[in-house]
Amino acid sequence: MKKTKIIGWIAAVIIGFTACKNSSTTDTGSAEKEKGEVKIDGSSTVYPITEAIAEEYRKEQPDVKVTAGESGTGGGMKKFTVGEIDICDASRTIKPAEDSLAKANKIDYVELKIAFDGLCIVVNPANKFLDNITTEELKKLWEPEAQGKVKKWNQVNAAWSAEEVHLFGPGTASGTFDYFTEEIVGAKGKSRGDYTASEDDNVLVQGVAGDKNALGYFGLAYFENNKDKLKNVKVNGIAPSKETVMNGTYKPLSRPLFIYVNKASFAKPGVKAFVKYYIDNVKSIVGDVGYIPLHDDEYAKTQKVFEDATK
Amino acid sequence: MANKRNRRIDKAFRITGLLATCFGVFVLIILLGSILIKGVTRLNFQFLSSLPSRFAAKAGILSALSGTLWIFGLTALFAIPVGIGAAVYLEEYGKKNKLGGFIEINISNLAGVPSIIYGLLGLGIFVHALKFGPVILAGALTLALLILPIIIVSTREALKAVPKTIREAAYGLGATKWQVIRTQVLPASAGGILTGMILALARAIGETAPLIVVGALAYVPFVPKSPFDNFSVLPMQIFNWVSRPQKEFTVNAAAAIIVLLVITFILNGFAVFLRNKWQQKVKW
Repeated sequence: MKKTKIIGWIAAVIIGFTACKNSSTTDTGSAEKEKGEVKIDGSSTVYPITEAIAEEYRKEQPDVKVTAGESGTGGGMKKFTVGEIDICDASRTIKPAEDSLAKANKIDYVELKIAFDGLCIVVNPANKFLDNITTEELKKLWEPEAQGKVKKWNQVNAAWSAEEVHLFGPGTASGTFDYFTEEIVGAKGKSRGDYTASEDDNVLVQGVAGDKNALGYFGLAYFENNKDKLKNVKVNGIAPSKETVMNGTYKPLSRPLFIYVNKASFAKPGVKAFVKYYIDNVKSIVGDVGYIPLHDDEYAKTQKVFEDATK
Repeated sequence: MANKRNRRIDKAFRITGLLATCFGVFVLIILLGSILIKGVTRLNFQFLSSLPSRFAAKAGILSALSGTLWIFGLTALFAIPVGIGAAVYLEEYGKKNKLGGFIEINISNLAGVPSIIYGLLGLGIFVHALKFGPVILAGALTLALLILPIIIVSTREALKAVPKTIREAAYGLGATKWQVIRTQVLPASAGGILTGMILALARAIGETAPLIVVGALAYVPFVPKSPFDNFSVLPMQIFNWVSRPQKEFTVNAAAAIIVLLVITFILNGFAVFLRNKWQQKVKW
């Protein structure tokens, strides 16, 4: 008696779960609908763009299963170069080591530039002396040699405060970190280590917002959404904005974002049409998720690369 | 004199204990309160039945919630029979020699291994060696391995709690070992076994790290229909929303946390209910 009850309970639970899963099926068949699967992984920076495109694409082609992960550019490339996924979101170009791995696995790919991401330098709103910073000053502040030595604002620029400077930035696994160190310090991954690091940019926002001697760097979208708590600093005299990033005057802290597509995947149902939709619509969508579109002629270039690859 | 001193110590200890309890409850109330205040307004049918979206107000947790339920169901299916079977063997049949002691220490240690290690194990075995790919089955098997030691340890404790006299009385009536286990030991320990099982499963549905390693995705625009489908789970969706720049997504995250908490509370409540029910029933 008791034993059957236990089994009954367990069975009821399992059947209950299976039932509620199978019940929700949406099937609105129509003539020219595509079918297929598109597997995407990679950069968590690019992820919101891909998610937005997939969301819109689903309205037109509900039967194409587009899935997207966010294991980071490196994690995505690991899967991309062995052929596990069709598309890799990337916040940097492919590394030589990854490229040779792809070649070894006979993966032929195409690189498509899709948008810009601006990095911004921010300080606390209580900071009255810092409105503009040069690349040189940023280097002095962030280079590995500064570790333990450059501790006060006026060590970088005599006109600045004599108080301690507290730095906030992304952790070493982040593509933002790679890009910043390459552009500012001059070598990828070279940075001082004595700063508050977090992979979550919202944590950096909180950090800078709560410390009047803080300075940090992260994606522009995080500043745009926290303008009341942060103060933006111009870099080399230029403030980051849609215009200055698009026309290339905000230098050097704006980076291009990419998707990499496995050429063999174009033969799979669904992938080619999805990538075409991506290129055609990304310009109008990137603004929704806080990124900046490329120039029209750059999109024309991306379009051409795609067309050549799918001929 | 000594008497007075002892009373003072007694009083001091009571106050310390009270403060410790209040501290725990206080922190819990603040955490739950802030989550509830933030997220409860976002909880509605649309939220439960929508797919991920770039607009916070349109986004929902349908695919993440269904992924969590799939993972939960399959994990239970794998972990419960194997866990109880192993525990019954070790406790009732296995000899208490050096090998038995060695196995016991190892199982207890496995219960303390960081979950990401199980994720790497699952990635190596289920995703790559057995070529399942990053699918529900691989995730569920990985979590089943993760909670197996917890189930075995708690089941053994429940079996140990059955008085020896009961077993001896049953043997005295001529019952075989299996008859003793089936008719006396298991029913008497069922409450404890179920409690351990459900607490282990409640832990499994909150796990994120091993599933990220196995390959749980962030964007899954469909409800999984088989164990070989790709999946997302609630903790992944929560993590994704928390790290977005737009503040409206943190409200979504809070609402999803409430859903996850409700699932956990239901499971724990169920465990308490079963324990009470079985404790009343067993009468010798």
